[in-house]
Amino acid sequence: MQSKGNNYSKSDLHSFLGNHHSRNAVIQNQLSQGKEGGICCEDRPNIYCHGKNHKDAASVRATHPIPAACGIYYFEVKIVSKGRDGYMGIGLSAQGVNMNRLPGWDKHSYGYHGDDGHSFCSSGTGQPYGPTFTTGDVIGCCVNLINNTCFYTKNGISLGVAFTDLPPNLYPTVGLQTPGEIVDANFGQQPFVFDIEDYMSEWRAKIHGMIARFPIGERLGEWQAVLQNMVSTYLVHHGYCATATAFARATETLIQEDQTSIKNRQRIQKLVLAGRVGEAIEATQQLYPGLLEHNSNLLFMLKCRQFVEMVNGTDSEVRCFSVRSPKSQDSYPGSPSLSPRHGATNPHLHSAGADSPTCSNGVTPPNKNKSHNKYPGVSSASSSSSSSPSSVNYSESNSTDSTKSQPHSGTSNQETRCVASDSEMEIEAEHYTNGVAENSSTRIMNGTYKHQEILQAEDGSLGNGVAEDSCASRQLCGGNQAATERMIQFGRELQGLNEQLCREYGKNATHKKMLQDAFSLLAYSDPWNCPVGQQLDPMQRENICSALNSAILESQNLPKQPPLMLAVGQATECVQLMARVRSGSCSFARVDSFLH
Amino acid sequence: TKCVHLPPEVTATSRHYVDRLFDPDPQKVLQGVIDMKNAVIGNNKQKANLIVLGAVPRLLYLLQQGSSSSELRAECAVVLGSLAMGTENNIKSLVDCHIIPALLQGLLCPDLIFIEACLRCLRTVFISPVTPVQLLYTDPTVIPHLMSLLSRSQRTQEYITQIFSHCCKTPEHQTVLFNHGAIQNIAPLLISPSYKVRMQALKCFSVLAYENTQVSMTLVNVLVDEELLSQVFVRMMQRDQPIDMQLTAAKCLTYMCRAGAIRTDDSCIVLKTLPCLVRMCSKERLLEERVEGAETLAYLMEPDVELQRIASVTDHLVAMLADYFKYPSSVSAITDIKRVRHWTLLIEPSQQHTTLHTTLDHDLKHAHELRQAAFKLYASLGSNDEDIRKKITETENMMDRIVSGLSESSVKVRLAAVRCLHSLSRSVQQLRTSFHDHAVWKPLMKLLQNAPDEVLVMASSTLCNLLLEFSPSKEPILESGVIELLCSLTQSDSPALRVNGIWALMNMAFQADQKVKGEIVRALGTEQLFRLLSDPDSNVLMKTLGLLRNLLSTRPHIDQVMSSHGKQIMQAVTLILEGEHSIEVKEQTLCILANIADGNTAKELIMTNDDILQKIKYYMAHSNVKLQLAATFCISNLIWNEEDGSQERQDKLRELGFVDILHKLTQASDPNLCDRAKTAMQQYLA
Repeated sequence: MQSKGNNYSKSDLHSFLGNHHSRNAVIQNQLSQGKEGGICCEDRPNIYCHGKNHKDAASVRATHPIPAACGIYYFEVKIVSKGRDGYMGIGLSAQGVNMNRLPGWDKHSYGYHGDDGHSFCSSGTGQPYGPTFTTGDVIGCCVNLINNTCFYTKNGISLGVAFTDLPPNLYPTVGLQTPGEIVDANFGQQPFVFDIEDYMSEWRAKIHGMIARFPIGERLGEWQAVLQNMVSTYLVHHGYCATATAFARATETLIQEDQTSIKNRQRIQKLVLAGRVGEAIEATQQLYPGLLEHNSNLLFMLKCRQFVEMVNGTDSEVRCFSVRSPKSQDSYPGSPSLSPRHGATNPHLHSAGADSPTCSNGVTPPNKNKSHNKYPGVSSASSSSSSSPSSVNYSESNSTDSTKSQPHSGTSNQETRCVASDSEMEIEAEHYTNGVAENSSTRIMNGTYKHQEILQAEDGSLGNGVAEDSCASRQLCGGNQAATERMIQFGRELQGLNEQLCREYGKNATHKKMLQDAFSLLAYSDPWNCPVGQQLDPMQRENICSALNSAILESQNLPKQPPLMLAVGQATECVQLMARVRSGSCSFARVDSFLH
Repeated sequence: TKCVHLPPEVTATSRHYVDRLFDPDPQKVLQGVIDMKNAVIGNNKQKANLIVLGAVPRLLYLLQQGSSSSELRAECAVVLGSLAMGTENNIKSLVDCHIIPALLQGLLCPDLIFIEACLRCLRTVFISPVTPVQLLYTDPTVIPHLMSLLSRSQRTQEYITQIFSHCCKTPEHQTVLFNHGAIQNIAPLLISPSYKVRMQALKCFSVLAYENTQVSMTLVNVLVDEELLSQVFVRMMQRDQPIDMQLTAAKCLTYMCRAGAIRTDDSCIVLKTLPCLVRMCSKERLLEERVEGAETLAYLMEPDVELQRIASVTDHLVAMLADYFKYPSSVSAITDIKRVRHWTLLIEPSQQHTTLHTTLDHDLKHAHELRQAAFKLYASLGSNDEDIRKKITETENMMDRIVSGLSESSVKVRLAAVRCLHSLSRSVQQLRTSFHDHAVWKPLMKLLQNAPDEVLVMASSTLCNLLLEFSPSKEPILESGVIELLCSLTQSDSPALRVNGIWALMNMAFQADQKVKGEIVRALGTEQLFRLLSDPDSNVLMKTLGLLRNLLSTRPHIDQVMSSHGKQIMQAVTLILEGEHSIEVKEQTLCILANIADGNTAKELIMTNDDILQKIKYYMAHSNVKLQLAATFCISNLIWNEEDGSQERQDKLRELGFVDILHKLTQASDPNLCDRAKTAMQQYLA
């Protein structure tokens, strides 16, 4: 008895099988895990039997055990010939089970036998189970790793559960006994006779339903509080200050961090996401003295990014060269590279007023120096000038109300919206993220990747970043000679910083690579279309942005990750753990399918 | 109408609502209707009060008034719809006020909001069991108008299809809907974005296709968005679809299959519909789903042994059905009662005061429903295949369950139990073993004493099988005095009962002793026997002839019967041979003659009857071999050598020309006939 692929012709098989010593053969197929619940194998095992009595019985089994994480496992065996007596067994066995016997007869072995239709559950005596099977029948064996049961199918019809409480790590097994018995195994390389997809869809729906309707019983109030806290902390973490405040008011909860702190972080994040890393670094240094000094890795990463943004033409150090008057945002006469609404659309601006003391379009770094202490003052000034009781929202609203005409109606609208419901809150989030990157950051946290289209849509309308304005006008450092010189100078400083860090902390391969990649941009005439051009993608700002945000939070003794993200991460980790401990349901419980 | 006493304080507020409907200011009337709407929502008492105080005619008046604003008319329809949501009595009152024609008239208005309100109310009225569905068909313009409204909105689609599926109760209704294009109009709704619309459209098709070949044949060719309807139904049966949808789609395919529109070996039946229905029988399903699933499955496979074989091995169905008898169990009691409550609320939204008492009633009803469904399915499963019958009888306590089912209070359960028993009684092995071991004849006999006709038909048919000569139950049944009962059945108006009665007597007389035969003849009476010989039902005639033939077996019996009833029997035989009857009937009659010819003294009744002899001669030369054989057999018996007077008979028959015929028949192509003729010829030669 032997099993082999198709490469033996019938006569080959006979002569080959004449050699009766080569029992215990293992199906010579490449088993590899395919999609969820399925197993594919390269070639078709065709198993032929040459035995005479029960002593001649022999089984073949697959090279790999059934992976628990597949949830539902299925294979079919076609009876090509029942041979002399049709003593055939189809089933499962653990490693180490005697292969000179039909599956089901021994411990940790399970089988459905063709001659009597009985099921054998680790026992020499079978239980009446299903019909007998013979030449031409297709017998399927399905292992459900969610509830550890097994059922068989005959010609596409389910015969009902045969075994329960199955142990893990079973191998698909086929045993034959009398001469001339031939079977073909199908591990999914051909369509199955039984509609296994349909069966899987039922379990997928079951498990999703189980998760969606998980009973929380008496703890309803408790859950409510937890959920509110999660939403609130998420909003705070990402600096959605107004929404967070409105949410806290509506749900009568407290926000741990104070308003100013949230706004500061928000401002820094927006700077990074807008590609104005230089300003972000300065703001961080002013607002959180010592933070970057104690975190040289982060500082280096930021500086590298700043260099990239200089190439991009977005960093203020190079941008100032292309803008004649940093304060006259409303009257850019003809700079093609800048949107006329530049000032208004700068997301970090606190007020729509062009002459706001912060003037934090931040075009000129010196202007920024005084800003640190003034932010709280600014917000109050702004609120008084707008005479809106809900002026805490202004930072979000400014982008919506770029025309300055209706700053407060926008504000109040947002408020009502965010109180209304979760879904509407999302709308709001999109609303005030006209600032390019913020929207992206919202999105990435939700685990969806739609930046490209969002960015493109916004680029068109807002033209916030120079680089994104249009492909045609994309030039190194915005095409300005002085800016280019400044960039090169900055590059040297960066190199110096790297050397300094090397001296202090030893060599750092990551830094080296980062630096190399950044400098490589200069080697190409069109950095946006070069092998390292991906660095210029605004999406790349998100990682450094969240690293900086987390570092700030950590320095304030606040959690560096919002609990919501922790929960998502934990759920993901749980599912992976379930896979490791062989819980079959994990294959149908995907965190992604619950994130919208 | 009933006199209802209402507490004065209740009527006072309610009366105020009604009074406001008569305000001369239309604006105030509108506000009054709106306030009334808010007052009645969910308040059954208020609804009853308003109806008693005469709000309905006034609302209908306002609704029909052309001068009413469309807003007022719509609000009136909404209030009426709300009143209809109350108790069955509310519905009756509304129908008595002629709400249906008024609302149907309202559908002619162009205002969509008003139409939707009318349809919603009509829907609520029509789905109530107390509303006569015929009211939908009284005006012939209604159905076409409803069809045209299907395109207006998802709401009109939902309400109209729901009305159709509840009002399609007879083949005539099916035809009316079919002729007005129901299929073409409703088919596109199966892919509606609204689940409710899809579901109601699907239900429509299930009632339209039920036992209707015309509809079913049309359905198989319908395309929905370039997809065959049967494939749409198959998709709706997918396991992740809602159970209600799976079950209803399976019903549609079942009905199409039974109507002959889909072959029973089509993969959509074998691999989809059948497994889906088996899943509906599983313990995980709700009680009513299990009942419907089992009944539909029984219906699907009733005529097809292959489907029965497949179902018998699918998902342990036979064992799964045993669970149907375990309700209500102590373990499941609480959850099941909850389920029943839920169900109660579903079917009767008005019945909010579900007391424990009614819950128990429902509990009991469900237990009955489950048992009868299981019996039906067992009956269908075991109707052809011996192995399946064996499997069924070997299911735990099965025979005990049938036996106790036969004497249950519910007629439905008794009928289903006896159907199941009948199906199993077709097995020789079961008759010999389990039927005898469990003395099933006892409850069966009891059932026969006093039961509705449909139960009697099945029970007597089962009895026929129990009276077969190899059945060990035959003896005790005989002793229980069954003959009188069977004889009375032969006098029934129902042909099925007459057949079963005489059939049972025929089986009983087979190889019976003289005493039993005498009793049969005595109890039946010759008059009744001969009346049965002229029965318009050919099955009755056949079985009566069979009885005669069994009575006329073994020589002493033949002579005895013929000596007492010879004249009438010969008369009857002559009549049948002369009449317009099937070959089978004539063959059976000739066989009786052959039996008579085998008697000692009875022979003479033939020999002295030239008319009969001529007839025998005629049939010996008939074109049908079976008749020739039977007639030859008769002659062969008459001329048999070893008996007294054989020489005279041989001579007489030779004179009549029988030898020539026999001689010819020895050349016959049929070997049996040829042999028979040769044997007969040898009698002359000896």
